[in-house]
Amino acid sequence: MTSSHPSLSNGSTNGRVVIVGASLAGLRAAETLRAEGFTGQLTLIGDEPYEPYDRPPLSKAVQAGWISEEHTTLPRRREIAAEWLLGAKAAALDLSNRQVQLADGRRIAFDRLLIATGTRARPWPDQEQAALDGVFTLRTRDDAARLHARLTMGPKRVLVIGGGFTGSEVASICRELGLPVTVTERSATPLAGALGQAAGTYAASLQRRHGVDLRCNTTVLALEGDAYKKLRRAQLSDGDELDVEVAVVALGTLRNTEWLQGANLAADTRGVVCDAACRAFDADGVVTDDIFVAGDVARWPHPLYDGGLLVVEHWSNAVTQAETAAHNMLASAATRRAHKHLPSFWSNQFGVNIRAIGVPTFADTIVLTQGSPEERRLVAAYGREDRIVAAVAANAPRSLSVYQALIEARASFPPELHASDEPAELHPLPAGFPKHGHATHDPGAASTGAGPSTPEQRVEGEALKLLDPRVPLGAPPLMTQHANEIGMGKRSLLQEVHTGEMRS
Amino acid sequence: MRIVVDLTRCQSYGQCVFLASTVFRFHGEEALEYDYTPDDQLREQVRWAAAACPVHAITLDYLDEQPETVSQPERGGGKV
Repeated sequence: MTSSHPSLSNGSTNGRVVIVGASLAGLRAAETLRAEGFTGQLTLIGDEPYEPYDRPPLSKAVQAGWISEEHTTLPRRREIAAEWLLGAKAAALDLSNRQVQLADGRRIAFDRLLIATGTRARPWPDQEQAALDGVFTLRTRDDAARLHARLTMGPKRVLVIGGGFTGSEVASICRELGLPVTVTERSATPLAGALGQAAGTYAASLQRRHGVDLRCNTTVLALEGDAYKKLRRAQLSDGDELDVEVAVVALGTLRNTEWLQGANLAADTRGVVCDAACRAFDADGVVTDDIFVAGDVARWPHPLYDGGLLVVEHWSNAVTQAETAAHNMLASAATRRAHKHLPSFWSNQFGVNIRAIGVPTFADTIVLTQGSPEERRLVAAYGREDRIVAAVAANAPRSLSVYQALIEARASFPPELHASDEPAELHPLPAGFPKHGHATHDPGAASTGAGPSTPEQRVEGEALKLLDPRVPLGAPPLMTQHANEIGMGKRSLLQEVHTGEMRS
Repeated sequence: MRIVVDLTRCQSYGQCVFLASTVFRFHGEEALEYDYTPDDQLREQVRWAAAACPVHAITLDYLDEQPETVSQPERGGGKV
């Protein structure tokens, strides 16, 4: 149907709604549509063969063996009477004919569309090495099941490539299981990409205290298999060669936008641009009426962050943005709502509950405001230009609501709290966020530039080399005796990686 | 039955751990973990836990909120 049928366009409670992406955002949007009176045809398209399930436990309780990955299916808030096309990958969007084309050739017609295709794990850059038995990524239920099965076999050592939240959580579980684990992180600390290096120093001490062999400022140059294509060794940029049987590639995520190429939407590797009402922009910067975006794949302007387009890969953002998108699919101009959710996330690792609110990566300064690392309980606030923009708490889950109010009120930084556990003096420090692409993990929430039609920066030269997670930062490490022994073939690989040439 | 906890909203008050200790537990001092598919025999306990949560972070499947006498439609595949 086209706009010549105004009764079926935005605001109507009938017609055909198609949701591409059958995970948390897709499910919550479907429930909201029905809850708000949508009586038309509702179709959910998902590339995985499963009903929507919850991902956070996949790197925690599932790996620990406490719950099975099959038991992570999300509860339904209500009946949604939807047609489910599961195991069906969307291959293209044909806006002129109002159809989603599936990889198997089927065409699914819609009047209104919600794009909630999310992200996938960033793979190891060398395909042959990535295919070795023992090399894993962790994003889906199937990924989690494969990794858990292998961890229960008691590998001699696990290598975690990338010290972001997923990598750190896997390392934590490995230590709980009594497995030796090495974590490599290209920036100076774990979690630096999400929380900055000042906070990352605390994360590093947690890891080391729990027996993790943490190698910062270090990359993995190559993964090596035996004659049976089983992972046996990893070559590290610090010159070390590790015997490993399992490697978990935790290099962050890629946004699932390839299927939108040529669809004339403002979509690229950074995500799909939408306005605060979750309406997608087309490639000319014109907002659409009936194409909506929600969840990890969305880029939208948040009023608290200077209009920069935020991308947020958090659970609660997927839920609230999906609810807003679904509401607005049925809304009139008078009842339309803005998505103003303050980003918020949690992680459990090494016995510590970490929570953050706001966008830490927007900050330049951090200050410890409550508790201390010695007490294993602390809160730190993030500031930019004398304004508080985020906060992080370790083992202090009930403290952040105060900070949320300060962030939303654009309160001054350092904040005035008058808390009983405040340090005698506040010592603001540089937050120490690595440059874009320097950490071998994702920020989780970040501002990605303004304006729906701002082109992606062309990355070339030295900057392009740094997007390869094998390339160490700074000067190439000295060739140690050990590295010299590994032979000409491998040495040429090392040199190739150091000079940053991209391998297919 | 099926449940999910909004762990962004959860503030680790622990009422659920107290009321349904085989379903909810603390891992470390403040990190809540839970079983997404508690045994049906625990339905009453889990309902109490959800009702007692001070921040309403626990969501039950709508089928688990209905009285037991309602026959449950089949799950999985096709229209749900």
